[in-house]
Amino acid sequence: MKPMSRRALITSGLAAAGVAGFAAANRIAGKHGLIPPDCRGVYGAGETLTYAAHRLLTRDAMAREFPRNMISKNPFANEVAPPSDQFKKLQAGGFGDWRLTIDGMVAHPMSLSLADLRSLPTHSQITEVVCEEGWSYVAEWIGTPLSGVLREAGVLPQARYLKYFSIQPEWSDSIDMADAHHPQTFLTLGMNDGELPVGFGGPLRLRVPRQLGYKSVKYITRITATDSMKFQGDYAWFAGI
Amino acid sequence: MENPRHSVLVRVTHWLTVISFVALLVTGLEIVISHPRFYWGETGNVNMKPLFTIPIPSSRNTVPTGYGYVMPDQNGWSRYLHFESAWVLVLTGLVYGIASLLNGHFRKNIVPERGERTLGAHWRRMVQYLRRRPPGLDESDSYNVLQRTAYLVVIFVLFPLVIWTGLALSPSFNAAFPLGVNLLGGRQTARTLHFFVTWALVLFFAVHVAMIAVSGFWNRMRGMTTGRTVSAEQTAATKELV
Repeated sequence: MKPMSRRALITSGLAAAGVAGFAAANRIAGKHGLIPPDCRGVYGAGETLTYAAHRLLTRDAMAREFPRNMISKNPFANEVAPPSDQFKKLQAGGFGDWRLTIDGMVAHPMSLSLADLRSLPTHSQITEVVCEEGWSYVAEWIGTPLSGVLREAGVLPQARYLKYFSIQPEWSDSIDMADAHHPQTFLTLGMNDGELPVGFGGPLRLRVPRQLGYKSVKYITRITATDSMKFQGDYAWFAGI
Repeated sequence: MENPRHSVLVRVTHWLTVISFVALLVTGLEIVISHPRFYWGETGNVNMKPLFTIPIPSSRNTVPTGYGYVMPDQNGWSRYLHFESAWVLVLTGLVYGIASLLNGHFRKNIVPERGERTLGAHWRRMVQYLRRRPPGLDESDSYNVLQRTAYLVVIFVLFPLVIWTGLALSPSFNAAFPLGVNLLGGRQTARTLHFFVTWALVLFFAVHVAMIAVSGFWNRMRGMTTGRTVSAEQTAATKELV
């Protein structure tokens, strides 16, 4: 065999170190939950960098809260698809029969009424809704932290994501456990000292204030814990940016 | 190669910057179409008075534009590509910035030379441009004071500002570093400034390309790509020979 030139030796050494380094980084990132479900494809590299950076730098950070005098006088209720028949039926009954199901990887699957949710500790936060389109408003959001409900349900340690579903067809989204257990992630029942208006997601909306508005899905009826996520959609899964 | 016009580092980072800047510009304008209204302060939406509105149609039917139609929504891939390009730009900028500090590129080629750091020196050079005097031979291997100041402003003011105002639009980043957005005066101010700084960069880009066109487009492109140029002396010598 021909002896390797110094240049070839250095180049192949660097290449091997690079491959090994990448593999190690990939393993560490996977173990610490730094890889988003949409890590593949042309935009996967950028998305993974964004998600990993945010999880390393902002995991426990609290969304900015505002003084009461900064609550927007003219909040904007983004348009939603016409209410489904199921929604209209529940609305006619004053949402008395609205149920929130917690299932999947939990020790105690639950089905909660709005009255059940109201009996849980009530918190409020004055945070900004930020739409990916560019507009925003500040409102007071009143509800119960999702983390308390998850504790009651006993989320299994292997669960990595929460999927949540709207009563509206084909409207769901998901978050990682860092956001699921975050103290500002609310099951929201009220807004600005009143009931949560239908236009803003009433009777029940999941508020995820550290992410863009599209993660705060309206009219929530089911939350399910899972350990795997098959990403589909046109918009980035992580919407903290 | 003996003394290339631009070092390998400058050439590679220059073209990576061009590619990411163009991608950021196109996707950024695409995102603007979903809400071509700008505000000042923390909040802003269609129920509030805008600072100004761009008279273009929107990709959302919730935005009153006066146009009878709605553009297709391209925000999904635009946002993906915008942030991916931002990573390329930031990482490229870090490599260029750190290397240029260490190897003296900033000190030797970008910071105006001693004795030239006056308004008068800038003005004299400007007059030369305005009178369309051709550059002297002494300028063929070095940047003049106007170029240096322009590059200095782009590298140390405009790019940092556009990155800062962009980061201030991230609700998650703002949660960790609230000072970033609060110092700017709120989220909508950050968005409006992000838009203005973009136009400042576009203005630089336009003038930069125009000057290159004036001074010999393909020769300059060659200089930034292969490092080699045909110098004025060589051109003159060739002509004499012919």
